[in-house]
Amino acid sequence: MVLAALSPVLSALPMSGEGDGHFPPEPQDFWQPLFAIPGTGFYFTRSMAAIAISAILLSWWLVRTTRNVSVVPSRGQHYTELVYNFIRNDIAKDSIGAKDFLRFVPLLFALFVFILLNNLFGIIPPIQMPTMSRVAYPIALTAIVYVVYHWVGIKKHHGIVNYIKWMIPPGLPAWLLPLVVPLELMTFFINRPLTLALRLFGNMFAGHMLLVVFIVGGWELFTSDSIGLKFVALPAWLMAVVMTLFEALIQFLQAYVFVLLAASYFSDAVSGEH
Amino acid sequence: MYHFTVASSVPMAGEADQVPILPYLPELIFGLIVFGLFFWVVKTKVVPNLEAAYQARAEAIEGGIAKAEEAQAQAQAALENYNAQLAEARSEANKIREEARSEGAQIVADLRSQAQAEASRITESAKRQIEAERQQAVVQLRQEVGTLSTTLASKIVGESLDSDVRQSGIVDRFLAELEAGNVRPEKVGAEPGQDA
Repeated sequence: MVLAALSPVLSALPMSGEGDGHFPPEPQDFWQPLFAIPGTGFYFTRSMAAIAISAILLSWWLVRTTRNVSVVPSRGQHYTELVYNFIRNDIAKDSIGAKDFLRFVPLLFALFVFILLNNLFGIIPPIQMPTMSRVAYPIALTAIVYVVYHWVGIKKHHGIVNYIKWMIPPGLPAWLLPLVVPLELMTFFINRPLTLALRLFGNMFAGHMLLVVFIVGGWELFTSDSIGLKFVALPAWLMAVVMTLFEALIQFLQAYVFVLLAASYFSDAVSGEH
Repeated sequence: MYHFTVASSVPMAGEADQVPILPYLPELIFGLIVFGLFFWVVKTKVVPNLEAAYQARAEAIEGGIAKAEEAQAQAQAALENYNAQLAEARSEANKIREEARSEGAQIVADLRSQAQAEASRITESAKRQIEAERQQAVVQLRQEVGTLSTTLASKIVGESLDSDVRQSGIVDRFLAELEAGNVRPEKVGAEPGQDA
């Protein structure tokens, strides 16, 4: 509703003119190169730095808290175990079943903490940009999940032919097959990876846009010449605080959903049932 | 931070202008490498330790439960044993009390019958003694009364009643009359010897 209240004044704002006017935010704003990689013509971007930092931080924390594990845990081990047991028991074991889940736990746990921290980067200063709002990273993680569940499925069904046969629901009348077969194959080979990657990307991208609208928009209002607009900056920033809390929830939720879906795909692949 | 990067100032404007849902290839590759390294750390250095802790804890808990169950079973056995002993002791005490009671009653009855026998024996012997003494007294009295009365009578009538046969006949007759109530003491005189 604040947005609605703002819309009449938005048009009054100077939006063109200055080169670094970042309101309203545009998709191009997510392109943030830091320096050129010599000899390649490529750039090292800010999100690459963020993802490297996330991996280093997580590795440091996890190794430090689990190097000397004990039955009675230290505080750090306790927190790590809290997350680990959540992934291990509530996601992996419940989705995949007690027989096969253990071999997927390292991947699911790594995915969860990795996505969660990179998402939370969206509200952690001074990074304040969710790494997953750059579509390359959700695609990279989805590719790993994709390869793993197909690999597991092919091994489970002794070959790719049997695996694809298993994808088609049994007992269908022959005239339905031309309709169902493409749909089923699309589900396994296109829809699942596409939705898995785009869901994470889209949520982070949109969430970041939303925060930028309220924070930078508030700044634009505050620095405008009109005294009236300066006052409107206050509700905008208030909304930014609310949205930041909301984003924290979304960021956790998306990490959870990604891992939950990955677990259900693995479960499908190892279960042998349709 | 936001003002740090300006798309238009970057030479590779083509990358900035592309659709946001198309991946920037270096980021894709870099992401794969970084996640791969991180995954390796998690798989080799973190999860084995956590699993070990998990198993150790599960075993500790299971062991603790088993131990607690054992202790409980022991306590239960001890309680049953104790209860059995208690019941045994109680019944034994009851038995002893019962025995003591019956024994006491027996003793009382015995004592009572003994005392009764003793009492009747004493009474009997006392009666017999009294009877004997009375008999003796009667015999002695009879002799003395005879002697006295004959002496007295001879003094009164002046007649000597030496003859034992007569004497005894008179006395016996007198006594018989006396016992029958035919002779009144006042008629004979106020002599004290006549009362017997």
